[in-house]
Amino acid sequence: MNAIDPSLAPEWQQAIFRVLKAGDVRQVAYVPDAGHAHVIRCAVADPDIQDIVLTTEEEGVALACGAWLGGQRAVLLMQSSGVGNCINMLSLLQSTDVPFLTLVTMRGEHAEFNPWQGPMGRSTQAALELMGVHVVRASHAEEVEEVVSAALDEAFRAGGRVAVLLSQRLIGRKNWERK
Amino acid sequence: MMNSQAMDRRAFVARLIEALPDALIVTGLGSSAYDVFAAGDRDRNFYLWGAMGGATPIGLGLALARPDQQVVVITGDGEMLMGLGSLATIAAKQPPNLTLVVLDNGHYGETGMQRSHTALGTDLVAVARGCGLPQALVCKDLSECESVAQRIQARQGPLLVQAKVLADEPPRVLPPRDGPFIKNRFRAALGLQPF
Repeated sequence: MNAIDPSLAPEWQQAIFRVLKAGDVRQVAYVPDAGHAHVIRCAVADPDIQDIVLTTEEEGVALACGAWLGGQRAVLLMQSSGVGNCINMLSLLQSTDVPFLTLVTMRGEHAEFNPWQGPMGRSTQAALELMGVHVVRASHAEEVEEVVSAALDEAFRAGGRVAVLLSQRLIGRKNWERK
Repeated sequence: MMNSQAMDRRAFVARLIEALPDALIVTGLGSSAYDVFAAGDRDRNFYLWGAMGGATPIGLGLALARPDQQVVVITGDGEMLMGLGSLATIAAKQPPNLTLVVLDNGHYGETGMQRSHTALGTDLVAVARGCGLPQALVCKDLSECESVAQRIQARQGPLLVQAKVLADEPPRVLPPRDGPFIKNRFRAALGLQPF
């Protein structure tokens, strides 16, 4: 068990969890990504939040619909490659008019080492928009809190379907050399 | 190949729902939605007309949101097969109030009765157990309906019921297709207001 001091997480990741908690998000569904690590750890530790690890991201789209049917707010955390896995399931949200918030950590755009991340990373925004999801982006640490907070309001106050793309530049270069 | 012992799907679903009058029911798309609707429309039914593979994770989100309610997903083998990974996701959470009822006729009924994987070797009960859902059972006879309902009502962990049903096509009876209507009616039955 790795005990990681939450105060050591980047401030923008701490801000995301603060926004979700203040916004009464009760289900945090995810396919893990390093950029979501802090929020996932906090969700696991919080007795008032259910953390749901998914086998594929589309489960999280459907789960968010089920949570809303039962009166709870859910969020889906995923990497840009996972957006492609969600395409048909996103029709559920349009067809039933269910609020939806997803936070997407980007790959394939800034100092990417793995060319296999490129095709989906370059298509992430367009794919979401094709399926009726409003896409906003946070590229600088100091804007993350406001962008995520505004997206949460758009989803759960206005009934929107919103994705926040968290730029790869924000997450930083991945260290590929394991020593 | 279908087991020779199989139930009439409409009779099974009707008897099961009759024994679970307060359950929140999420259906798959196609035949399972028709079966549930044919048993009598209810505000506590959420019918899918698409989103194949989504019935079980919808049920999970609902079961986690409403631990005070009995949640029953009634779907077909084809829809379940498209979302098999969700069995592992449910196992990781072990919601005591969630039941998956898979109406298994071994075929894709909506598209011309092509054989599905359950007719070609996949054992759904073994899959469920392997994913970490030890309470998985087969139901082959209508007389078992009430004992299945009792298991569901006991809410002692997630349950998967593989209901062996005949590969026939009962008359189509179509539930409403208006998604916002189905959603708002369902939420209103739980006392939830539109946003």
